[in-house]
Amino acid sequence: MSIKHQMSIEGNDLRLDFDKEYTQIGKSVPRIDGVEKATGAGKYAGDLKFPNMLYGKILYSPHAHAKILSIDTSEAEKIPGVKAVLTSKDVPDMKYGISPARWDENIFCIDKARYVGDKIAGVACIDEETCYKAMKAIKVEYEVLPTVLDYRHAMDEGMPLVHDNYPRNINTEIHQDFGDVEQAFKDAYHVREDVFTGTRAYQNPIERHSNVCIWKDDKLTIYPSSQSPHYFQYYVAREFGLKMGQVRIVLPLIGGGFGGKLEPSGLEFVGSVLSKVTGRPVMMSYDRLEMFQHNRGRHQGTYRIKTGVDKNGKILGCHTYFLLDGGAYTGLGIATAYYSGALLPLTYEFDNYKFDGYRIATNLPACGAHRGHGAPQPKYAFESHLDNIAKDLGIDPLDIRLINARKPNTTTVNGFGIQSCELTACLDRIAELSDWREKKKKGLPQGRGIGIATGSFVSGAGYPIYRNDWPSASCMIRVNEDGTSATLYSMSADLGQGSSTILCQMAAEAMGYKYENMKIVCGDTETAPLDFGAYASRQTLFSGWAAKRAGEKIKKDILETAAFMMGLPNEDMDLDCVDGVIFSKSRPKVKVTTFEEAAARYFKLKGPLVGTGVYTVHRTGGYHKGAPVGTSPAYSFGVQAAEMEVDEETGKLTCLNFWDVHDCGQVINPTLVKGQIHGALYMGIGESIFEQVQFDDKGKIVNGSMGGYLMPTALDMPSNVINETVESYEPVAPWGVKECGEGSTNPTMGAFRNAIADAVGANVTSLPLNPEHVWRAIQEKKAKDKK
Amino acid sequence: MANVLTDKEGKKRYLVSFTINGDEHQGLVKANTLFVNFIRDELDLTGTKRGCELGDCGSCTVLMEGKPVNACLLLAVEADGHSFTTIEGLATTNKLDLVQEKFIEYGAFQCGYCAPGMILSAKALLNSNPKPTEHEVREAISGNLCRCTGYVNVVKAILAASGQEVEH
Repeated sequence: MSIKHQMSIEGNDLRLDFDKEYTQIGKSVPRIDGVEKATGAGKYAGDLKFPNMLYGKILYSPHAHAKILSIDTSEAEKIPGVKAVLTSKDVPDMKYGISPARWDENIFCIDKARYVGDKIAGVACIDEETCYKAMKAIKVEYEVLPTVLDYRHAMDEGMPLVHDNYPRNINTEIHQDFGDVEQAFKDAYHVREDVFTGTRAYQNPIERHSNVCIWKDDKLTIYPSSQSPHYFQYYVAREFGLKMGQVRIVLPLIGGGFGGKLEPSGLEFVGSVLSKVTGRPVMMSYDRLEMFQHNRGRHQGTYRIKTGVDKNGKILGCHTYFLLDGGAYTGLGIATAYYSGALLPLTYEFDNYKFDGYRIATNLPACGAHRGHGAPQPKYAFESHLDNIAKDLGIDPLDIRLINARKPNTTTVNGFGIQSCELTACLDRIAELSDWREKKKKGLPQGRGIGIATGSFVSGAGYPIYRNDWPSASCMIRVNEDGTSATLYSMSADLGQGSSTILCQMAAEAMGYKYENMKIVCGDTETAPLDFGAYASRQTLFSGWAAKRAGEKIKKDILETAAFMMGLPNEDMDLDCVDGVIFSKSRPKVKVTTFEEAAARYFKLKGPLVGTGVYTVHRTGGYHKGAPVGTSPAYSFGVQAAEMEVDEETGKLTCLNFWDVHDCGQVINPTLVKGQIHGALYMGIGESIFEQVQFDDKGKIVNGSMGGYLMPTALDMPSNVINETVESYEPVAPWGVKECGEGSTNPTMGAFRNAIADAVGANVTSLPLNPEHVWRAIQEKKAKDKK
Repeated sequence: MANVLTDKEGKKRYLVSFTINGDEHQGLVKANTLFVNFIRDELDLTGTKRGCELGDCGSCTVLMEGKPVNACLLLAVEADGHSFTTIEGLATTNKLDLVQEKFIEYGAFQCGYCAPGMILSAKALLNSNPKPTEHEVREAISGNLCRCTGYVNVVKAILAASGQEVEH
């Protein structure tokens, strides 16, 4: 890397002008796994095969809430080809989850089943067909219990308890109070309260959860479909009382995660024990319905928001009251509950904020970390609410956002420090792209509307996924003996977002090397040093720091060797290495050498050329209860706008145009960034208009398939999607980067809802914004207008 | 009709033969053996992915006589006598197919799990319709679900592979 920079004084401002000359970053290099994925050569967990491998399955509960009276496995064990049958007595009974106070899930249910899909028994057989026969032959006697299916009534007097230790089925209760909201409401020119409702959505990655477990002697190796190999290693070791060094996690290719593959699925625990008792490798997998049942998708919620504004629409104070349907277990859901309220003050500046949140236990599949973790539905509610306020005051929705927009170098009311923030630039740019002012001035044709919404997200969580005092990310680079390639060893996880590619770009830039010579080993706990993996949009910033620092160490060694080879002093930092060429900055006539030659020489003189890098987040956030959730070294910002056409007779929706402008800091790979934004808004669009996990009155999923759970196809996506990034540089990040993968899911539902509300003039409040809900909102409005 | 062998329990096995990527293969299969499982488990052609096993997601798309089919909806016995192309058969030694090249260039897949099926659907489209419109591209891949890309770059890559000018 070399940056030409110049300090200058403009008025009273000291300005630093960058003239970037990057050779490896800021470029759309082809992704490092492109060829293996395009040719089908790449192996995902379900593609693996080991000699003597068995297949395993988990028998699940057909009841949403039932006491287990007895389990008889004798008939199943007699079936030829059945090699092992396990129930709760054969596995550790230690509960697991994200936080010790809410460890509430067992490998197999011990006393009772808490949702349709809860894990009852496991089988390992010579093939999958035999697994199904064996599961059918297991006799389980249940006593069916009354269920808790509606989270809105789960706290009522006399309701059955999902867990005895969660009184009134309250899994998590949050009360955060900053400033003086009541006084703000008294001072306000206008106070408005709205209630919005969301639905259960599911990540639904196309690859199913699978893994292969091999437990030989005192060593357990797992090839899982996981977003965090370290977290799996930690959890598996903890569950079985093993040392972390006895557990090896090796990531194959991962076919998408979106949060759903962050926590253990149960398959790895069951597969491990099945492998231990049979002494053979065991392939475990969920079919599509079982994936829906395991779930860990979006919490549905009821979002009550009350806000007071002055007469210009400036927000003075806000009180949110959220009720979330958590499902049967906590999983990562406690973090979701905190995130749901904590991230709301990011995009707009106000000094008074109160957040009351309840995560409710129900006899439905557990919810967890779904792209945008906890933020998208509350953000949809808040953006819809803000449009209602703007309408009350006769203010343009764009203006109310501009008035309140977060500025750089500010701190949120709940203690999150913001450095770079180009929200205003994003708003200005989207206004231009969408021709907002003109459309608002002239008005759109009947049945058409335009809506806008903002979003923001963490670039990695300020605190690790479980309590520990380790660095946040680390990695290692080893340069091959002859210098013709270098391998980055990182426990990051490339789920498809392209982290392996951008980390190699970053490492190569720091080393002064070439991306095309980089290789990566990612997600193997036995070769790569600790990194917490892919969640909370952390890898570009966190793992990126580690890659940059490891690369800089390599470069230092390379330059020292080159100085020796070239007969020049290195002390004055005169030598540099860019794109694999080593040269003297002040003596242009000195013959250059190459990275390869210097690396080969280094090996001959000193042995392997290895560089390590480490990154630890600075102390972030305040000291109130729940303060760590939502902290981050840096925050992305974004704005989206949608232009919709609504058929008022049928409620049918057509998205005519969609715009996204994102502040994700400096861009390492433009094609990958665009891809992340496309994918994020695609998920937002799906959740806006289609997606909803539906249950019958017994708590059984009725649409647990790709055909039943509608996700947009290529024909459903708006063909006119325009996305841009604005110029931004994050000072605490390597090369000024920020996240882009999750933040763009946050504004989508609000932008859609506001466009629809603009088109039909009705207050649409329920997700998904499908024809039925839109049509009902239109009818309600018509009835009201008549009165 | 395929040759039939009956085991001592009276269960039948069918001798099937087909051509995959130019190679002739034979196998002894049960009546309910899915073609997708046969090629993955017996022939190790794991480029063909299993996503839903109900014909909804298109991950297991293969070309049967040049036409895209879901290999999870095809029985191995139905495949008898037919000719197939799977993703492994698209590139020749050291040379990617143009569709594969454009998918990489345009960032048309991320996790890559849908890529084999998506690429084969695109290939089938371009074989029958060398200059498709954007809508025709969207129709052709509407049976292939992708959870990562929003299809934006997929559509661009396919149009680019047809020789049409497309912005990155």
